[in-house]
Amino acid sequence: MHPAASIIAFTVLSGLGYGLAAILGLGLLDPAAVATKVAHIAALGLIAGGLLSSTLHLGNPQRAWRAFSQWRSSWLSREGVLSVLAFVPLTVSAWLCVIEGRYWAPIGLVGSVLSLATVFCTSMIYASLKSVQAWHSRLTTFCYLLFALAGGALLGSAFGVAGGGSASLLLFFVLVLLIAAWAVKITWLRNLDSLQPLSTPESATGLGTIGRVRLFERPHVTENYLTNEMGFRVARKHAAKLRKLALLLGGLLPGALVFLVMAALLAGAETGAVAILALVAAVLSHVVGMLTERWLFFAEARHAVMNYYGG
Amino acid sequence: MTSLPALPTAKKLGLVIDLDVCVGCHACVVNCKEWNTGGYGAALSDQKPYGADVSGAWLNRVHSFEVVPEGGEVVGEAGEARIVHFPKSCLHCEDAPCVTVCPTGASYKRAEDGIVLVDEEKCIGCGLCAWSCPYGAREMDLAAGVMKKCTLCIDRIYNETIEEVDRQPACVRTCPANARHFGDLGDPSSVVSVMVAERGGIDLMPEQGTRPVNKYLPPRPRTSLAACASQMAKGEDTSGATGFFAWLDGMLDRI
Repeated sequence: MHPAASIIAFTVLSGLGYGLAAILGLGLLDPAAVATKVAHIAALGLIAGGLLSSTLHLGNPQRAWRAFSQWRSSWLSREGVLSVLAFVPLTVSAWLCVIEGRYWAPIGLVGSVLSLATVFCTSMIYASLKSVQAWHSRLTTFCYLLFALAGGALLGSAFGVAGGGSASLLLFFVLVLLIAAWAVKITWLRNLDSLQPLSTPESATGLGTIGRVRLFERPHVTENYLTNEMGFRVARKHAAKLRKLALLLGGLLPGALVFLVMAALLAGAETGAVAILALVAAVLSHVVGMLTERWLFFAEARHAVMNYYGG
Repeated sequence: MTSLPALPTAKKLGLVIDLDVCVGCHACVVNCKEWNTGGYGAALSDQKPYGADVSGAWLNRVHSFEVVPEGGEVVGEAGEARIVHFPKSCLHCEDAPCVTVCPTGASYKRAEDGIVLVDEEKCIGCGLCAWSCPYGAREMDLAAGVMKKCTLCIDRIYNETIEEVDRQPACVRTCPANARHFGDLGDPSSVVSVMVAERGGIDLMPEQGTRPVNKYLPPRPRTSLAACASQMAKGEDTSGATGFFAWLDGMLDRI
């Protein structure tokens, strides 16, 4: 599948934003701290930025409002509806924190639930597609949810430490979530590597009863919309390296930094500039790792239509 | 509404494509483009049509496959490899995934005849329907930013301003080999249904669970080259000749 930059940016940024919003909704950070106020605004900014970038790949973005209408059948529509619904409690929570400096659990928890529900819908857009076998798995959903939560908790802990609060508990959550997310992702990758194709050129043409089927000639000698959109192959060449890079930047490096900060805090060190810098570096590394992971998510997935195009 | 019709549609208009007959001339491809670029909605645009890297939206394409039977890699050893030309357009599936994924209601399946269509006024060009289709039946029109697909020439088949003989999809009407047939596959007594029953018509990728309406008739078994060889000798056997030809045969032998 073609890895469109706008969709990769959307899923990574909004995933991080919703993850942060879900963590903020739990009330683990001091609502009076300036850093927490900034965190609320950052969460809304990441979500809004992600949603805006997702409209960039549309052929007719001026009609995007129509996408709220088919929530009964379409996961994409459900994602749209929930993303707007989630803005209500998230904006109220942000207002309470930024203006009044307080946290109100009911609205915070509703915001957390709706944030995760939106990420769930995003994941289901991919997981529901039978035509892309690599994505058609429950694990896809868990990957999206756990990566969003891990990223959000990581970003939240950076704001927590910057706000001078005791972030040891949150840092511990970050480690647990990072390990869980990568454990699921590695299982997902192993499944991908051992995949028996559901559809083959034989089943796609119905000619399997005669013999082995091989593409002789494409319909046209040049590329078309389908081969551009579904037949992307560049990543496969470097897939092994990119996977390691994603794990290193998206999991191991931020995990190690979080562990060091947590160990230092538990040893009685004061939260200071070094801890904040280490966590900011961990967040940036995680984002780059997630961009790589998401790029591979698209680029490595094979679409059933390639059975007709010899790919 | 992008939910599928609640009940299976009684009428199932669709195509039956005969892979035994198709010669791969691409006339259906060209006539499809010709008809559908000038009628309803956005034209079927091409990108860089006069450049080296030409591409464009087509609703019907012909692929060509080589089929090699088990052990058929060496000619004459165990069956022969054969080329099968394979026209492919929208299969108007009963469980069309392209319909239910549509977020705007642009993509729909008609309850009255089962035709799957796109309302271009509602389409936002997100491309998710093309992703959901395992057959590659949908292509984005990159100039108009809306999804295009086979309409089964809905503007021909019900069009009373054209002659009755022309009220079939453009691809069917134009096929010089009669490899494409149009009809109601929901009616077991229709010509197309009988054809499917007699020839063992098949679904493409049944494992995808889409239940396509269009059917493909598999190529008939072919006489092998080795089996034809015995007939070659008959070319010089004149023992059955009578009358003028027997006399001519005798005379020519003597000269």
